[in-house]
Amino acid sequence: MTAVQRALPRRWPLLRSGNLHGGWPSAFWFLLPALIGFVAFYLYPAIRGVYISFTDWNLIANEGDWVGTDNYDRLLDDSRVWDSLKVTIRYTVINIVSQTILAIGIAVLMDRLTKSVVIRGIILFPWLIPNVIVAMLWVWMLDGNLGIVNEFLGWFGVDPIRFFTDTDKVIPTLAGINTWRHMGYTALLIFAGLQTIPKNLYEAAALDGATERQMFFGITMPLLRPILALVLVITIVGSLQVFDTVYVATGGFGGQPGGPANASRVIYLYIYQNAFDFNQLGYAAAISVLLVVILLAVTFVQLKLLRAGESDLS
Amino acid sequence: MTAVADRIEQASRTFEPSARLRKLGIGRGTAWLILIVILIVSLFPFWWALRTGLSSNSDLFAGEQSLLPAGYTNDNFERVLGTASEAEILDSLGRQNTGSFDFWQSLKVSVIVATAITVGQVLFSGMAAYAFARLRFFGRDKLFFLFLSGLMVPPIFTLIPNLIFIKNLGWLNSYPGIIAPFFFMTPFAVFFLRQFFLGISREVEEAALLDGAGHFRTFFGIIVPMSAAPIATLAILTYITAWNEFLWPLVVARAPERQPLTVALGQFTAQQPGTSPDWSGLMAGTLLAALPIIVIFLVFGRRVVDSIGFSGIK
Repeated sequence: MTAVQRALPRRWPLLRSGNLHGGWPSAFWFLLPALIGFVAFYLYPAIRGVYISFTDWNLIANEGDWVGTDNYDRLLDDSRVWDSLKVTIRYTVINIVSQTILAIGIAVLMDRLTKSVVIRGIILFPWLIPNVIVAMLWVWMLDGNLGIVNEFLGWFGVDPIRFFTDTDKVIPTLAGINTWRHMGYTALLIFAGLQTIPKNLYEAAALDGATERQMFFGITMPLLRPILALVLVITIVGSLQVFDTVYVATGGFGGQPGGPANASRVIYLYIYQNAFDFNQLGYAAAISVLLVVILLAVTFVQLKLLRAGESDLS
Repeated sequence: MTAVADRIEQASRTFEPSARLRKLGIGRGTAWLILIVILIVSLFPFWWALRTGLSSNSDLFAGEQSLLPAGYTNDNFERVLGTASEAEILDSLGRQNTGSFDFWQSLKVSVIVATAITVGQVLFSGMAAYAFARLRFFGRDKLFFLFLSGLMVPPIFTLIPNLIFIKNLGWLNSYPGIIAPFFFMTPFAVFFLRQFFLGISREVEEAALLDGAGHFRTFFGIIVPMSAAPIATLAILTYITAWNEFLWPLVVARAPERQPLTVALGQFTAQQPGTSPDWSGLMAGTLLAALPIIVIFLVFGRRVVDSIGFSGIK
């Protein structure tokens, strides 16, 4: 009971009881639009997606018959599923390692040098640009013949690199592009985390003669752990779902999405191809169920491992 | 005594950022240099796109790598904007125009879609957030938790069922079809606004309620004006996200006249030939498609930058 309610005369029991705040009759109209959206576009499709994975749904006929676990049996035997998972994991590892290290570096540099909003804005800027545009900018800059990057590398005597047409290079290239787009965003998240570390801890450590290196690993990293854990969950879950950049960067200029030779066919793209190129929506739904299970497992394990909720501070 | 004082003096000097960095072996100058390189890396691709868009294709294919436009021309921008004649196109491309898109039509689609999504999502998510933050009704916390669990559903999982649903509604290639899944709510928007509403003092609100104002008048007359800043931030982030969306409009809007800029540009790229693609036209189109986001960021940059610490970490 709030102060206002307590101050009310006893003959107004309705208001005193807190019914002022509602019950379903008043909440209903506030919740209705969001409830419609949630049920129609989150809850119902999530349940229906599982159902579709047990059918041979065809988008042209727009119907499907129950086929039991056929799609799942097929999935276990489909080497392309596991190949695309391998490609996705390779992409994720390269992307996360480069992005996280760069972001921590940028965050620490900003923390020491400047709080300028303009500088933070410039670093964040690529994150706001659509993936499609980012992919096109880099396809041009990394072009094998005319790209500025190869020209630049040439100054140092490096032979032109076929960033998108070499099966070994295409995944590191795509990971590099997304690192460029996301490092500023990740750096700002870590930067926000750095602001929560009390400065007097560093002063005390400095008094005790701690070196910069000791302070980084003894104070900064442990206290940053809850934020790092969340940042890693966000970035890993995001990386496992990479699609736009791959689709546009490898699909243009006479190439096939996921090329060359399927070297960049990530799991999202394989799901997309099954659904929209091969018209096998049931099978595509089964692979996306697999992906959801993987994403949930990754999130759960990570949060456990990194004990995200706790900080060493408290 | 003087020894202790000296040590404190020394330690406090050590704590000055410049001294600490020097101790690490990096001078403040070097640290700034690294940061400036990162800023250049963040911005250079946009300059390069502008420079390329203002260059002539023939100079580009001659391998010109100057920092300023090579063979300065406005033709490419005119070609994208549709103000160039067939003869001019033939002249600047040296061949027929392979693949094109109607920039103005796609711009119109992008504006309509992003605006409708922003208005609907912010309004309806805000109403739901108010109910979760302020009203008391049976099952409130369970329902809120259910909404939040929507954050864990990866878009690919609901993509196929949502597409079937939209197809059954007869909404393929239509504005409602592109807009609907994002129109009513996102779990993030509800969560974001609820956090702010919880922080608003109840006193003013109670007074209004006791004066006989209904919940709707209280919400729109008191809560919304008091939360103008976070609502504006959410609206900007929602607009940018909607503008950048690629996969959903790609599958739902196959007809060119309903494709937003991201999808139209992606298709334009896919139609480019492997040899001598229209690089300057692509870069001009790319920049024009990113322009609205660039303008929004120039105007509201501080809000976006300041929101980052919040959006990733509670």
